[in-house]
Amino acid sequence: MRIANGRLAFADMLLFDELSATITAGEWTCILGPSGVGKSTLLRMIAGLGESDPATNITASDGSPLDQRIAWMAQQDLLLPWLSVSQNIALGNKLRGQTTDGGHVSALLANVGLDARPDALPATLSGGQRQRAALARTLMEDRPVVLMDEPFSAVDAITRARLQELAARLLRGRTVLQVTHDPLEALRLGHNIHVMAGRPAHLGAVIRPPGDTPRDPTEPALRDLHMALLAELSSAADDGSNGGAP
Amino acid sequence: MKILRPLIVFTGLLILWQLVVSVFGVAPFILPAPLDVLTTAIERADVLAGHARITILEIFLGLTFGTLFGALSALTMSYFRPARSWILPVLVVSQAVPVFALAPVLVLWFGYGMAPKVVMATLIIYFPVTAAFYDGLRRTETGWLDLAQTMGASKWAILRQVRLPAALPAFASGLRVAAAVAPIGAVVGEWVGSSAGLGYYMLLMNGRVQTNAMFAALFVLALVATAIYFAIDAALRRAISWQPESDPARATP
Repeated sequence: MRIANGRLAFADMLLFDELSATITAGEWTCILGPSGVGKSTLLRMIAGLGESDPATNITASDGSPLDQRIAWMAQQDLLLPWLSVSQNIALGNKLRGQTTDGGHVSALLANVGLDARPDALPATLSGGQRQRAALARTLMEDRPVVLMDEPFSAVDAITRARLQELAARLLRGRTVLQVTHDPLEALRLGHNIHVMAGRPAHLGAVIRPPGDTPRDPTEPALRDLHMALLAELSSAADDGSNGGAP
Repeated sequence: MKILRPLIVFTGLLILWQLVVSVFGVAPFILPAPLDVLTTAIERADVLAGHARITILEIFLGLTFGTLFGALSALTMSYFRPARSWILPVLVVSQAVPVFALAPVLVLWFGYGMAPKVVMATLIIYFPVTAAFYDGLRRTETGWLDLAQTMGASKWAILRQVRLPAALPAFASGLRVAAAVAPIGAVVGEWVGSSAGLGYYMLLMNGRVQTNAMFAALFVLALVATAIYFAIDAALRRAISWQPESDPARATP
């Protein structure tokens, strides 16, 4: 999948221009950047949500259009409060007027460890359980491309680590594009990491941490990389505060 | 316990009423004693029931039409941008002109039958239902709409599966207000010109200085209005039982 000439401007403020990247199919790619740099907006653009500049060109390597081939996972779980967990997981089918295979839903529930409470309402679940239900709903969509907008940032550290492991295991083999502001998360999950920084923002060259995901980011080999990423992020933040472009 | 407290309050008020009547020796045509009212109510149960039937039907029809038009207006406003600037003024005017002032005109147009009362109840309900439902439709969590869009849902599916259920709590607030004010419309209509209904019967008995019977009709009207409100409230609570409630009185500081 390739993003060429990505361009987004609000009024006279250019968020990014001539932004390009190539996302490798079947791998997990993280876009790492400070808040407000436009990474969520970029992801929304790829998902086909909201306005995008006509110059923007997002293509898949097989040439067919990307829409209807993506699954979306946001920072909030976005579970509908009036539907039970299993109904929420089957939401996509219901919205498209398709029938749902109940066995598939239970299998996914078991995968994310929610098989004990298929009929619970979202309000009765903990934050981690809700996000697991959201993950199951994403898997139920069974799309080749998964777009994630900081899906694990609203839960506590231990729950987050478990969720990351679960997601890495269950989404293996799919093309995942995740935006995050957390370098540790990027190091845990990303086969490829791009730093997004500056104003107008650009994407840095791909960084490929060694080892298989999910990694332990406290490993010595990754510690240096972590420092390097932090340095890159903080210098980018300084650039931003100085007004961006020279 | 839930039913006991209102019952205690109600009984206390009745006792107070009886005390005021016996202690101050109020003339029965000014304020009849509660026991006398009860006796009259039982004596004339058939007549009262007949008039109550008419009033209940008016309230029910008013609620139906008001809710229907209100819901349609709210849907139209949220889906057709140009319609907003056409419907909003109507909405404001429907609320700015007091129904009481419109009542004589409506009677003039629709006669002394049931129609003007239904129109009046409809008018009085239209605003709260439309305003609440429109607000609910507009405030749908945008994340849900994004998600539905990436899932390839049609506009109709999004309305039915996401927007409508999401707007239900707001719609319910509007309906509760409607249930509380609908009897006002019906009774005002009956006062201005009619030949049946609890409001009509009250005026008639007032003219004949049969205060007992007037109070009995008032009592039945209060009973009817309360019953309608609680029936609708109970139905709404069932429909939106998924909504978690937070009680401000129990909030920790």
